[in-house]
Amino acid sequence: MGDVVQVAVPWVLLAAVLLGVAALGVTALDGALAARAAGRSASVGAQHPLVETARLLRQRRRTTVAADTLLRHVAVGGFVVAPLLMVAVVPLGEWVLADASVGVVWFNAVDVLVWVLVWLAGWGPNAAWSLTGGYRFLAQAMAYELPLMFALTAPAVAAGSLRVGDVAAAQPGLPHVVWMPVAFVVYCTGVLAFSVRGPLSPAGGAAISGGVLAELSGVDRLLVLAGRAGLLVAGAAFAVPLFLGGGSGPLLPGWLWVLVKTALLAAALVVVRRRLPDVRPERFLALGWTVLLPAALLQLLVVSVVVVVRS
Amino acid sequence: MSLAFSEMSSVVLETPLPDLSVLRGVAVTALGVVAVVTGALVFKVDSMARATYLLAASFVAVGAAVVALHLDYVGVVVVLMMLMEMAVMGVFMVMLMGMNPALMPMSMVHSKRRALVAAGASFVVLAVGILLVDWPQRSSVPPEGPAGSTEGGATTYSLGDALMGDHMLVMMVVSPVMLATIVAGVVLAQAQGRYARLGDDLRGTTQGGRR
Repeated sequence: MGDVVQVAVPWVLLAAVLLGVAALGVTALDGALAARAAGRSASVGAQHPLVETARLLRQRRRTTVAADTLLRHVAVGGFVVAPLLMVAVVPLGEWVLADASVGVVWFNAVDVLVWVLVWLAGWGPNAAWSLTGGYRFLAQAMAYELPLMFALTAPAVAAGSLRVGDVAAAQPGLPHVVWMPVAFVVYCTGVLAFSVRGPLSPAGGAAISGGVLAELSGVDRLLVLAGRAGLLVAGAAFAVPLFLGGGSGPLLPGWLWVLVKTALLAAALVVVRRRLPDVRPERFLALGWTVLLPAALLQLLVVSVVVVVRS
Repeated sequence: MSLAFSEMSSVVLETPLPDLSVLRGVAVTALGVVAVVTGALVFKVDSMARATYLLAASFVAVGAAVVALHLDYVGVVVVLMMLMEMAVMGVFMVMLMGMNPALMPMSMVHSKRRALVAAGASFVVLAVGILLVDWPQRSSVPPEGPAGSTEGGATTYSLGDALMGDHMLVMMVVSPVMLATIVAGVVLAQAQGRYARLGDDLRGTTQGGRR
């Protein structure tokens, strides 16, 4: 472990490929689980993302009357960029794309960018269900964002640094998840909420005919679907240096451990996501402010006391 | 408001940094231009959504300029807060501005003449101030921040120290109290909240408030 090395910009291509493969993987897992739950063949379900990609690439883009095309393009493009911005500060073993001194805050800023992207994706088509989806996301964001922020703070306080590499290096032997499990659970809740899928993120739910996704078609839809899978993966990847000890582990090299941990956490999130009940935004607000936020604050208090006592 | 912020960024620009490379100077200037142009476009577009997010873009440029000035933490937090604030503000703008809800194209200006005079006058005052004030020359590099902090960390630390000084602890105590007050106010005022649903004792036994 120890210091991380900042690599040249072109390596972002490798990050994009890894992110894309992982996004395809979680979508395939999701498809397989959905197919099995519906009594169909899991392997056919696992092929669903590839089939859907082929279909969407050939589909002609559908437009709506008086749509704000510019803002829709911003949202669709942003969905591809945001996960990359998140993983840019995650060290892959000893290499990192951007060794930012405030990497933890950077991640937080990008997850707030998701608010903007989802709302713009909802606003862009000038259609009722899309707009409803965009508003729902913001309502939900009020519930998960503040607990998420404090959950991000806990490992940073323990490490005494906002640099992601330092946080990863600060947990030799004992990963943060062991002694700050509440922060980890709150963080994972936030990841499930900002990845625009599943019960904790009803912005694109079936109850509102697909919400922000309702009017998206063709390549636009493909990019947003890929982007939200990428957000889940990026959230899982960021948890690795923050809570799961970064690249530390026996036998395998650091970079491989980071990939393995990311894949396992992302898969676990996909499985858990299918088990959770639908939560309406206003009920999620009560949960967020009366359970998640106090829990995250108490966790932060415990971590701070431990840090003070230890020093 | 964005214009005022851009002015502030240009004020910072004129403070000579010991290691201000040409590249950084170009970056800060370009970001300042982006901030001013996107800020001005807020008043040219006819859609509340575009106006809101142009303002967000303006603030993001300001935040990036602050990062370029080695205040990494402050700059990224400016981006974070402004994206969040504009996302929420957009909702309120659409809800409250214009002829009921501003979902339709609408003008972003009113009282044009008075607004132009006020904007022009404040620009002149600020610009004259920038040019006339005898800005102190930086005499030394920022002192060391907390142990292990980077150059950006040290600059942020000394900025916070210069702004807050002895009052830092007071501010840090007051801010959660203020947040708690705001949250409590919203919880109590909310007609559909759990107090309205479940009664004052939150047990669902007494009929509290409206249902």
